[in-house]
Amino acid sequence: MPSSFLRRWPVMRQLLDRTDGTGAEAMSERTRTLAPKTAGASVARSVCPYCAVGCGQLVFHRDGKLVSIEGDPASPISAGHLCPKGAASYELLTHAARETTVKYRAPFASEWQTLDQEVALDMVAERVWSARERGFEAERNGLPLMQCRNIAHLGGATLDIEENYFIKKLFTGGLGMVALSNQARI
Amino acid sequence: MPGLGTSLGRGGATTAQQDLVNADAILIIGSSMAEAHPVAFRWVVKAREEGRALVIHVDPRFGRTSAHADVWVPLRAGSDIAFFGGLIHYVLTHDRIFREYVVSYTNASILIDEGFQGPEDLEGLFSGWRPETRSYDATTWQYELDAQGRPRRDPSLTHPRTVYQHLVRHFARYTPEMVERVCGIPRDRFLEIADRYTSCSGPDRTATICYAVGLTQHSVGVQIIRAAAILQLLLGNIGRPGGGILALRGHASIQGSTDIPTLYDLLPGYLPMPAFGADSSTLSRYIVRGRTRTGWWAHFDKYIVSLLKAWYGDAATRANDFGFGWLPRISGDHSHQGYWLDIADGHMDGLFVMGQNPAVGAPNAALERRALGKLQWLVVRDMVEVETATFWKDSPEVLRGELSPDRIGTEVFFFPAAGHAETDGTYTNTQRLLQCRDKAVEPPGDCRSDVWFVYQLGKRLKAKAASDTRAWNDGLRALTWEYPTAGPHEEPDNESVLREINGYWCDRGATAGGRDRGSKPEPRHEATHAAPSTTAGRLGLGAAEPADDHVQSFTDLAVDGSTACGCWIYSGVFPYPGDNRARARSPHGPYGHGWGYAWPADRRILYNRASARPDGQPWSEAKKLVWWDERAGEWTGHDTPDFPKTKAPSYRPAPLAESDAAIAGDEPFIMHADGLGWLWVPTGLKDGPLPTHYEPIESPVTNALYRQETNPAALRLERPDNPWARPQDPDYPHVLTTYRLTEHHTAGGMSRTLSHLAELQPALFCEISPELAREAGIRHGARVRIVTARGRIEARALVTARLTPLVVDGRIVHQIALPWHFGQKGLVTGDVANDLIAMSEEPNVRIMESKALLCRIETTSEVVATKNIS
Repeated sequence: MPSSFLRRWPVMRQLLDRTDGTGAEAMSERTRTLAPKTAGASVARSVCPYCAVGCGQLVFHRDGKLVSIEGDPASPISAGHLCPKGAASYELLTHAARETTVKYRAPFASEWQTLDQEVALDMVAERVWSARERGFEAERNGLPLMQCRNIAHLGGATLDIEENYFIKKLFTGGLGMVALSNQARI
Repeated sequence: MPGLGTSLGRGGATTAQQDLVNADAILIIGSSMAEAHPVAFRWVVKAREEGRALVIHVDPRFGRTSAHADVWVPLRAGSDIAFFGGLIHYVLTHDRIFREYVVSYTNASILIDEGFQGPEDLEGLFSGWRPETRSYDATTWQYELDAQGRPRRDPSLTHPRTVYQHLVRHFARYTPEMVERVCGIPRDRFLEIADRYTSCSGPDRTATICYAVGLTQHSVGVQIIRAAAILQLLLGNIGRPGGGILALRGHASIQGSTDIPTLYDLLPGYLPMPAFGADSSTLSRYIVRGRTRTGWWAHFDKYIVSLLKAWYGDAATRANDFGFGWLPRISGDHSHQGYWLDIADGHMDGLFVMGQNPAVGAPNAALERRALGKLQWLVVRDMVEVETATFWKDSPEVLRGELSPDRIGTEVFFFPAAGHAETDGTYTNTQRLLQCRDKAVEPPGDCRSDVWFVYQLGKRLKAKAASDTRAWNDGLRALTWEYPTAGPHEEPDNESVLREINGYWCDRGATAGGRDRGSKPEPRHEATHAAPSTTAGRLGLGAAEPADDHVQSFTDLAVDGSTACGCWIYSGVFPYPGDNRARARSPHGPYGHGWGYAWPADRRILYNRASARPDGQPWSEAKKLVWWDERAGEWTGHDTPDFPKTKAPSYRPAPLAESDAAIAGDEPFIMHADGLGWLWVPTGLKDGPLPTHYEPIESPVTNALYRQETNPAALRLERPDNPWARPQDPDYPHVLTTYRLTEHHTAGGMSRTLSHLAELQPALFCEISPELAREAGIRHGARVRIVTARGRIEARALVTARLTPLVVDGRIVHQIALPWHFGQKGLVTGDVANDLIAMSEEPNVRIMESKALLCRIETTSEVVATKNIS
């Protein structure tokens, strides 16, 4: 009776069990204990951010870090499938060229400089406020216009409906901006 | 989308992707569905393999979609109305109309004003054309009314002024011979398609049309969709399983961004923006213009008042018109291209760009990039430094030495954006389905959601307004901006935003106004999903039960100011605290009810009352979807009825009935004031009640159908930096069309920086036919130059039989197909295809014509004298 130590050697197992070496007998200890990288990870249900098919995604994460993004088999639309773009969406969130700092380019400067986010927001708010002072037309020919005509906005089709709602509410409902547009044409 | 909106009532896909398996035929046109929407295309493959559906692909380029089709036929880009017109002509002349459907459910039998004249009479124009304003007066396009003010009808369809007879006359010249001449589709080939497609419709058969921007990005884009809608109505294919029109949209929430429009001419839920002058004085005047006496839009007043309550809260009172006066009025062309020309001309100071990359993705991208340098300040929010963010540093103009940073005074702020797994949020997909995403991890570094960014900006601006009491800041001061926040970055709670979008009762204690919650709650499909669905619940925050003040449906909304609602068509998505139906994930049934929430009211197939006969019973067992249950006295079936649940098929409105009470029990198109599908559009379109073939603004041929060459109401926006080729310009003999690749996404900001995608599609190329390659002396793989009146780019030549020359009006026309994802940044780079494209505006939605232009192609070694295009 070979020792259990010897039986851990795949070649020995194949000899002893007269198997062809394509089944469990070929597994090393390491192979046997392999687990998917998603094992034990938490999962959040999500939706692919690329086209409008709306494929379901499962976002696996552990300790506040992404582990993997896979198709959601339960989706009645996509049944677990993702196209090359959707399958690359883990990289979309984790690739090295992704920007994670606020940047500022001064007039006529040839390079970026970094900027604190709160400071940057204050600066943008200042600029919106003073541009609006110049560009707000409350009346035209004695009729109300209530229009901020010199600030514009672009984008929305890649954003959430909540984000679109905030943009429309603040920019149009609050500031009087009319020059709003996105990728859609209605 | 007015193409769908005016024809059928709502600007959204009528069907669901899953429903394609029920189709007997699928016509894919203006879409490389297998490549641009691969996972949607699995339903086409399934329909063909399991349901034996006939699949037809009509596209200039043979692609993977064509490879999976029974029939592929190339047509000349920009000739789609001639193609659809030919099919309509075939349906009318071969008795292929679904007569009972057409007579009962469309406006075919209605008589049109005596004064109407059409393109047959007026060389391609409709009556009412005013050349001085380049616009139509639609008076003569209207229905003829009887003494009671009702449209006159002739159900026999024989009266010469019925819509039906107008169709017969209008499309009489769209013969197979004309299709051959205009589209380049041989007559016999066309007849084969026409016969096969139109024979797949009827009581027990249905057919679907799938399209994408290959149909819409034209100077006649809306009318092309109109033509598709007319065909589907004549064949009885709307509102039925396996029927309909599936608009395939290209961004995750592009439907959502028109439903809640970051667009200039709409308010949420397809309410129009107030217009300067006409709507300026009072809310009641605005309502008079927007409200219809009959049909669903009779509720218009409730929706605008509830929106104003959502935005201005307690400050919105009946006494001050609910703050209507604080809304801006539109006074011109504030669309993307309209205001961009204002930027180019130095009339704008600031610009926010959030998740878009116009330096690559916009028409005449070179013009757009140069315009950015005229701004005082620019804010870009994205996940990477897209070309738009660094136009001052490395745009093609800077790299060529035409511009330099020290001559560009624009201040630029770049804010990094959170990704889709780093925030909670809701996308509305191509089939109107709201699907919520759950946050998995915190965004890195300074990355934040746009909700966070706009919230922070709003707080700062409201603080400034708080101490500034000038009247024009009243709206900003009143704007409701209190949202609970959570997490390390104090992110506004996404579901509190969704609650406002869904709508709530302003006075939680109210019992009036129909707030009778206990009596008969709506059936709830997803009672099975048990997990706590609020963000607060999942985070374990706050033991207190959220306020139970949500409205359950848009039918709860009131005109008296007792309800607030940010987007009425989404009302019902979040009917109870803890019951966010966009988050529901327990699908059941053929349409996946219980997974997400389709607007309106979780109806998956729009106008599905039309799936039953006028008497309420299914047209056939094979195609049953929604039907009348006589015993229960209600509509029932496989989908939520898109019809009042207890309105019997036999219901007839009383004279002078209003609102939905004026719509009979056998009129399925409830958004329309007459309850009918509109073969003829009397109001709502700026370029005619019927689609008419006009040539693209740049065309290799003259219009074979009419003397009027191009859409008379379209704008060329012609100026030195947006020039056009001359008609049939010998310098630009070939047709240029653009398309998407599977491995890249739009302007590349989400794909060119990813290693796997970059490796799969590493370079810009153009597809040309072997015949053109021989003619122009181009080898496969060689670098070539493509030149239009706007600009020139270089690409590698892919010489392939996927492109084929067409015989159009007796001459050979070559077409060149070009993907448009590339720019100068990222792991893979390439010239900007959109530098070749012109700005132009289709009259209804101001969409650019980017799918049919003129170009020439040159080998790069060749020295060719060309116009100075810089």
